Amino acid sequence: MIFVEHFPVLVIVVSLISSFTILVAGLLNKKSAWIISTATILLQLTMALFILNHVLSIGPIRYKLGGWMPPWGIEYVVDALNAYVLIVILFLSLLCAIYSKRSIEHELPHKIVPFYTVFQLLITGLCGITVTGDLFNMYVFLEISSLAAYALIAAAGGRALKASFVYLVLGSIGACFFLLGIGFLYAVTGSPNITDLSLLLPPLYENRVVQAAFVFFAVGLSIKIALFPLHIWQPNAYAYAPSAASAIIAATMSKVSVYALIRVIYSVFTLDFIRTYVGVDLTICWIAAIGIIAGSVIAIMQHDLKKMLAYSSVSQMGYIVLGIGLSPISAWGLLGAIAHISNHAIMKGCLFLAAGTFIYKYGLRDIRDFEGLGKKMPYASAAFTIAAISMIGVPPSTGFATKLFLILASLQSTEVFSGSAYVFVGILLLSSLLNLVYFWRVIERMYFVKSEEELNGGVRERDAPLSMLLPMVLLAALCIVVGILWLTKVPLPLIGDVLSQLGVEMVP
Amino acid sequence: MVELMTPLFAILCPAIAAPLILVFGKRPNLREAWTIAAGIAMFSLVFSMVPTILEGDVIKFTFFQTIFEGIAFGFKVDAFGLIFALTSSSLWILVSFYSIGYMRSLKEHAQTRFFFSFAVAILGAIGIALSENLLTMFVFYEILTFSTYPLVIHDQTPEALSAGRKYFAYLLTSGVFFLFAVMMTYYLTGTTDFTNGGIPALGSASRLVLVILFFCFLLGFLKAAWMPFHSWLPTAMVAPTPVSALLHAVAVVKAGVFGIVRIVGYIYGVDLMREVYFLNEHLTLALALACIAGFTMIVANLFAIAQDNLKRRLAYSTINQLSYIILGAALLPSLGLENPMFYGIKGAMMHIPFHGFMKITLFLCAGAIMVVTGKKNISEMGGIGKTMPITMLAFSIGALGMTGIPPAVGFISKWYLCLGSLEGGGIMIIFLFVLLIASLLDVVYFFPIIHTAFFKKPEEEDEAEERKEAPLFMLVPLTLTAIFSLIFFLAFVLRPVEMLSPYVNTISLHIYELVEIAVENVIS
Repeated sequence: MIFVEHFPVLVIVVSLISSFTILVAGLLNKKSAWIISTATILLQLTMALFILNHVLSIGPIRYKLGGWMPPWGIEYVVDALNAYVLIVILFLSLLCAIYSKRSIEHELPHKIVPFYTVFQLLITGLCGITVTGDLFNMYVFLEISSLAAYALIAAAGGRALKASFVYLVLGSIGACFFLLGIGFLYAVTGSPNITDLSLLLPPLYENRVVQAAFVFFAVGLSIKIALFPLHIWQPNAYAYAPSAASAIIAATMSKVSVYALIRVIYSVFTLDFIRTYVGVDLTICWIAAIGIIAGSVIAIMQHDLKKMLAYSSVSQMGYIVLGIGLSPISAWGLLGAIAHISNHAIMKGCLFLAAGTFIYKYGLRDIRDFEGLGKKMPYASAAFTIAAISMIGVPPSTGFATKLFLILASLQSTEVFSGSAYVFVGILLLSSLLNLVYFWRVIERMYFVKSEEELNGGVRERDAPLSMLLPMVLLAALCIVVGILWLTKVPLPLIGDVLSQLGVEMVP
Repeated sequence: MVELMTPLFAILCPAIAAPLILVFGKRPNLREAWTIAAGIAMFSLVFSMVPTILEGDVIKFTFFQTIFEGIAFGFKVDAFGLIFALTSSSLWILVSFYSIGYMRSLKEHAQTRFFFSFAVAILGAIGIALSENLLTMFVFYEILTFSTYPLVIHDQTPEALSAGRKYFAYLLTSGVFFLFAVMMTYYLTGTTDFTNGGIPALGSASRLVLVILFFCFLLGFLKAAWMPFHSWLPTAMVAPTPVSALLHAVAVVKAGVFGIVRIVGYIYGVDLMREVYFLNEHLTLALALACIAGFTMIVANLFAIAQDNLKRRLAYSTINQLSYIILGAALLPSLGLENPMFYGIKGAMMHIPFHGFMKITLFLCAGAIMVVTGKKNISEMGGIGKTMPITMLAFSIGALGMTGIPPAVGFISKWYLCLGSLEGGGIMIIFLFVLLIASLLDVVYFFPIIHTAFFKKPEEEDEAEERKEAPLFMLVPLTLTAIFSLIFFLAFVLRPVEMLSPYVNTISLHIYELVEIAVENVIS
């Protein structure tokens, strides 16, 4: 169907228009905000599914905006990787939107309309980063989504204002680095188009400007990803944002930045660049590996559940970046990174949504007050437990699949990295034990430590409303289902497409 | 090779029963009916696979091919796996009845959670028994670890919770080593299938890698509770007695030794076990394994003597007995004779079901004593043989088995192990003495219990002389397991009689025939 070829741009246009529609319609009827937002995301998700189908059956979509030929005009390029990330983002956004209805009515009763306006703007930005094939355009959307995120976090007021400000400063620095990277590349090649750059750059790999550009991209995006030690903004931002906002930001924002990093490494610079400069990949791996451990260790020290989840994200981003670092040597690394984009989105989304319901019903933030929660909120606690077990990497959950891919990748890299590769295997395994330490104390308190109410015999089951439970339970179920799917041959067509687009060979 | 759905149906029994148990949590009778029904159905299914295996075939069932080339997620039922599956599934039925009596007599809380976790744990154990390769086994191994946690901390006291943490700390760390070993095996050979006689491609790896990999596997099978990494097992005894009985004497710990035998016989194989050495040429993997087992056997028994709590003493006895099996596995490759009979590995394989039946008898008796009298310590049990004669008779049979005295079946497996160590030749002869000393120590700590029970006067005069046995739900299972401990022995004696042998074989669950076939597989 030819019409599908217009979908990449429609995904963004629809979202952008909807964002302003919400603002106008919200003046007349507050309730319409949620409906419009959810309906738009549903429409976008449908389009994304069509795009994926088109990409897998026919091939990548190249859409030239306004008919201008690149490199003068902006081009949207959607291949299997974009389509996959797009679906992950929109699916998570849809669930967060459904969840947010009651949650926002409770937390921000006076800001419903602005919240959804900005929320929709955030999604516009995220989708934009994903579909665009133009680096400068990517920067623009990166800023749109970041600005929207600052606003969403600040909406909670109080401590969130400071958290948002720190994020604003650091996020802007990150964006500046990214922009500088684009500027450098433009200076030597005269093109911001990704396909163009991948053709123009190879002869210039020796050029210092090109090399500097790579570093600028890497650092800028690392700040956006919240890779250790550039994560300073992230824990407070996640912890103090409104529940629905922390879920969407934690689940999707960092994933999109990871996607941008993969694009820059594979489509702008290609693997030859990494392979020419021995040590680039090893450096990335080491930074990621240190991040995996550091994030987990700091998470163990937290008492605030949402902060703990935030530090856990720092650690999990390490997994993804480690996968990227290993990918020049082993395709399993890239597979692990790509798989973990959706896996972590599902798990962390579920965890943050669950943490939100604990706050919604009982105002519980501190883990030490969680006694008997398993009886009070059985479904929310069960969803939390499944997602937490998934984070630990118990088979057959999503975390287990990632762990397998990354361990195999590390083992395959032993021939190049020698000793370091074994260290990475050790770190991956140790990290699952650390995950166990900080998640299990929550689970233990929720289910097995007897609360005073329980001893007095008066426990009342008071779970969250259905519209909040449903997304959570669905995500918890996906933790298992997707985990099994990754182990089967089902995703092979998608993976094969992604790998061949990025120029990586699959070695069984 | 036969493609059959039977293994799937067998694993589905507990998989379907578990959610049903949760759903019917408010109606105890119906809830327990599901447990029993699943137990009987599963045992029948497992038993129905025996004839095919006896013909020398294997049954395969593949769930799906994994994304890893050369690894399928599926089941392959061979003789050795079937021995473990038969043991766990037959004992599950008996212990289910026992649990009903136990949990209701003590009016325990959270019974639904108990029966649910129990069903999931059995699912894990059967999955391990039937697994086709290491990856499948790992999945079920982790399921087993996680499902037994709620059972260990069942009391939810601070003591139980800290026991639970210790349980996780040991077993999940061990899982990490196991996972590494699985992936390393895959990286080295491109397969993780259990292959008769070992994976051939493994031989091309360097000696150092093979040694490290072997110890990672050993650490991975920490469920076998070998020393010095055993202390989770006595700690886990805070669990209700049926859990200690089935899981911490049969399913969980046997999964550990089962895994070790799998590694020795089906991943490394006879040749590698004999040829790969470290430090110096004489210290082969087989000898190292035997040393660990020998050390554990002696030291665990010394620990056991010092225990006054009956369940803890039994736990140390379990640690000791598990190492008999490990020793049997270690004796596999050391062939001193021209035409070896492989007594060692036969003894090890037999000891899996035999120890299961005997040790479960002992634990069930300990539980029965606790329910009736509330006593946990051996020193308080004076005269209990008069009040609970049937229970203590069963206990005595179990204890005889542990020490290796006929007519309990423990004698046969120990006899085989002794022959195995003689057959091993060379330095392996030492382990004959280790075996004998360990058996002597068994006597030292089991006979005083019998003595106390039957010949000592109770401390308080008035409570004596009145017969008071546990409820029938508990008494019948423990009697049955004791009787089976005798039947297995009789079966061994009567097997050569041609007229009787079909009946004898059936009633002894075909264990002896399965062992013969399993050993043939390993050495082929």
